[in-house]
Amino acid sequence: MNQQPYLLPPRRKRNVKALLHKCFWTLLLVSLIGWSMQGIADELNAERVFSMRTIERAQTVIPQLFQLNGDQFFRIVGLIVETLAIAFTGCIMAAILAVPLGFFTAKNMMGNTLIGRITHAFFKLWLNATRTFPEILLALIFVASIGPSPFAGVLAIAIGSTGMLGKLFGETIETVDMSLVETMQANGATRIQVLFYAILPQVVPEFLSYAMYRFEIDVRASTILGVIGAGGIGTLIVISAANRNWGEVGLIVLCIIVVVTVIDYLSAYARKKLV
Amino acid sequence: MIECNDLSLVYPDGTQGLKNVNVQINKGEFVVIVGLSGAGKSTLIRSMNRLVQPTSGGLYIDGENALAHNASQLRKLRTKVGMIFQHHNLVKRHTVMKNVIAGRLGHTSTWKSVLNIYPNKDRALAYENLKRVSIEEKVHTRADQLSGGQQQRVSIARVLTQQPKVILADEPVASLDPPTSHQVMNYLKTINREDGITTIVNLHFIDMAMEYADRIIGMRAGEVVFDGPVAEVTERTFEDIYGRKIKDDDLRGGKTDYEPTEAITS
Amino acid sequence: MNQQKPSLPKAPGLVSQRKRTITIFIWVGVAALYLLSSIHTNASLLRFDGEFFSNVGRMIGQMWPPQMQYAPAIWPKLAETIQMAVLATALAAIFCIPLCLGAAENIANNKWIYNTMRTFLNVMRTIPELILAVLFVGLFGIGVFSGVLALFIFSLGILAKLMSETVEGIDKTQLEAIEASGGNKLQVIWYAVLPQILPQFASFSLYVFEINIRASVVLGFVGAGGIGLLIQQQINFLNYPAAMAVVMVIFFVVILIDFISNRIREALL
Repeated sequence: MNQQPYLLPPRRKRNVKALLHKCFWTLLLVSLIGWSMQGIADELNAERVFSMRTIERAQTVIPQLFQLNGDQFFRIVGLIVETLAIAFTGCIMAAILAVPLGFFTAKNMMGNTLIGRITHAFFKLWLNATRTFPEILLALIFVASIGPSPFAGVLAIAIGSTGMLGKLFGETIETVDMSLVETMQANGATRIQVLFYAILPQVVPEFLSYAMYRFEIDVRASTILGVIGAGGIGTLIVISAANRNWGEVGLIVLCIIVVVTVIDYLSAYARKKLV
Repeated sequence: MIECNDLSLVYPDGTQGLKNVNVQINKGEFVVIVGLSGAGKSTLIRSMNRLVQPTSGGLYIDGENALAHNASQLRKLRTKVGMIFQHHNLVKRHTVMKNVIAGRLGHTSTWKSVLNIYPNKDRALAYENLKRVSIEEKVHTRADQLSGGQQQRVSIARVLTQQPKVILADEPVASLDPPTSHQVMNYLKTINREDGITTIVNLHFIDMAMEYADRIIGMRAGEVVFDGPVAEVTERTFEDIYGRKIKDDDLRGGKTDYEPTEAITS
Repeated sequence: MNQQKPSLPKAPGLVSQRKRTITIFIWVGVAALYLLSSIHTNASLLRFDGEFFSNVGRMIGQMWPPQMQYAPAIWPKLAETIQMAVLATALAAIFCIPLCLGAAENIANNKWIYNTMRTFLNVMRTIPELILAVLFVGLFGIGVFSGVLALFIFSLGILAKLMSETVEGIDKTQLEAIEASGGNKLQVIWYAVLPQILPQFASFSLYVFEINIRASVVLGFVGAGGIGLLIQQQINFLNYPAAMAVVMVIFFVVILIDFISNRIREALL
């Protein structure tokens, strides 16, 4: 060591705690993945998945997907319109419902009284609960109670979106600049005037922006509602796939891609203009 | 016009905001309240509009016992008492016109104001006031596209549209540069003189107080420690009020930059 | 009105005429669209009548109380659901690295690669996971594999998008420092990019895991594995209390996983 012109820096003291920490998380992650692999291993068995049958199927299905079958084109367009209508109706309902919910979950609006705190906690819990369920699960329940129809889909979208919009609206209201409220009160404004002249102008553009963003999500969600009979394009895609009409499946998927892309683009443009 | 009798205010956390304030402000006066920050200037001005609630004493505005008012009487009283804030407090996304018409809220029925229905008379008044602060060409501009001085002028127009008997201004120039500050103070002074509106302004700049005030009230630790016409005030008075030597920070300066030729006529 | 002085001209409105026209036009348009689409979907507010509420009420009555004895049958499928989500997330996390580097403007100097990647990711994200599952079930048959593949593709799109934005937001000076000392592209990525994006990478992966858990719950509806199959079966057998039991289990598991994941993400960032 002494002959060496350059000395190595002193060894870093091992931080035992950090090391253990790292080991723990790595071990946890590895065991989680290992457990998952082992749990569904026989299903993922390469021989089974990539059997001759699958390969043959892939050889027929994949080319067919790209030979778009336009026999039912107008029906597809009609169902896409229905899909959009479901998303739009549900989203508007949710956006309207979410406004009072947003106010109930905003700490600065509910005050510090016991009743205020209880209302706040109750609605917060409610919103969290609705956000837990995927829309399609809600749709399944509505289909079971009122029968398969687009209306069931609208209800599922509306309730599913209320959770997210209510939460976002509430958070927006919590950021309101209260000095404007004071200003309007100093003008001699009534409570409703304060609401319309001090609070709403600050939050409505954000509300609209969030609602449009949610509409993008709802369009995606409503394309699959038909799988369980809640209206929209999803019904047809399941039927076509069951009939092995892959050209039609291809066309439907293409239509979905185009419509979703266009809507995302329009919505992003409108949101940029708005705020 | 305004009468404070032994007015005291203790905040919920125990801070003494006002201590036995006795002040009588006459109609048409231009009063400047000076003092260090935390001296209770803001509390006093906000008490006069009951934005903060005095805990004891008496407050009479235009002969009315303001502390005895219930919510709706208070709203009526507040239409007579206009307020200007340091940060302008405009609705940023509204047009200048919509901000100014908000001064009519106390005079307009709730449902009409919600639907934005204002008679031509009100809109004409609002536009007239925009002209008075010479910002009428921005009538349909969004408030957030204006400079700080322009925004403060819009908020003056808003208060004028309220047609108040008293204007309270809480540090109206604290976030403006010197020339703009003088411009804003000039507008306030002109309005005070032309319309005879009693005006009470919080300032911490000594030179501006001296220049615009008819009368100066000095506050320290929630108490009024000086009250007299501006002619009686000397540098010594300020040192007494502030409890220390006068520093450069206490002066705004910049008077020479302002050209009074800019229209202040109606 | 007639007392008005003739000298008083018509005062300006609250907003400019043009803006008012546009605003009215937009609102009327949205209202008309809503009306049309609510008629089209037969979802007008008139539908919320007594019958509707009695139907939903009856349904809830039938579902309650959840038949918790059914729970033992749930666990294996629940485990399968979680396993699918774990695998899909792990795969997406691995494959997203090259994709997100390619779709980041500051790393992919080649405009062509960047644009292709971007378009590819955008298209990938437009297809909902259940549609992907339908496709893969057609290709590979019913089973977990199709489900994992659908989740993987779906979450890869989201994760790569989020990560490419993170990569675009990194501190450029560190890249330049490594480049200046003669590092090649890989070294730049290893020494300058990865250390900066690692915490976000872990956090976004967890976020995608939450999304995958929710998504994998419903894949069973189309035969792509997981707990959704049970719900659909029980509803088809009109065994609503059992279906409710499954829904309740899902509810608590999703909440639990969200909670844990949020805690870890908070610790990470």
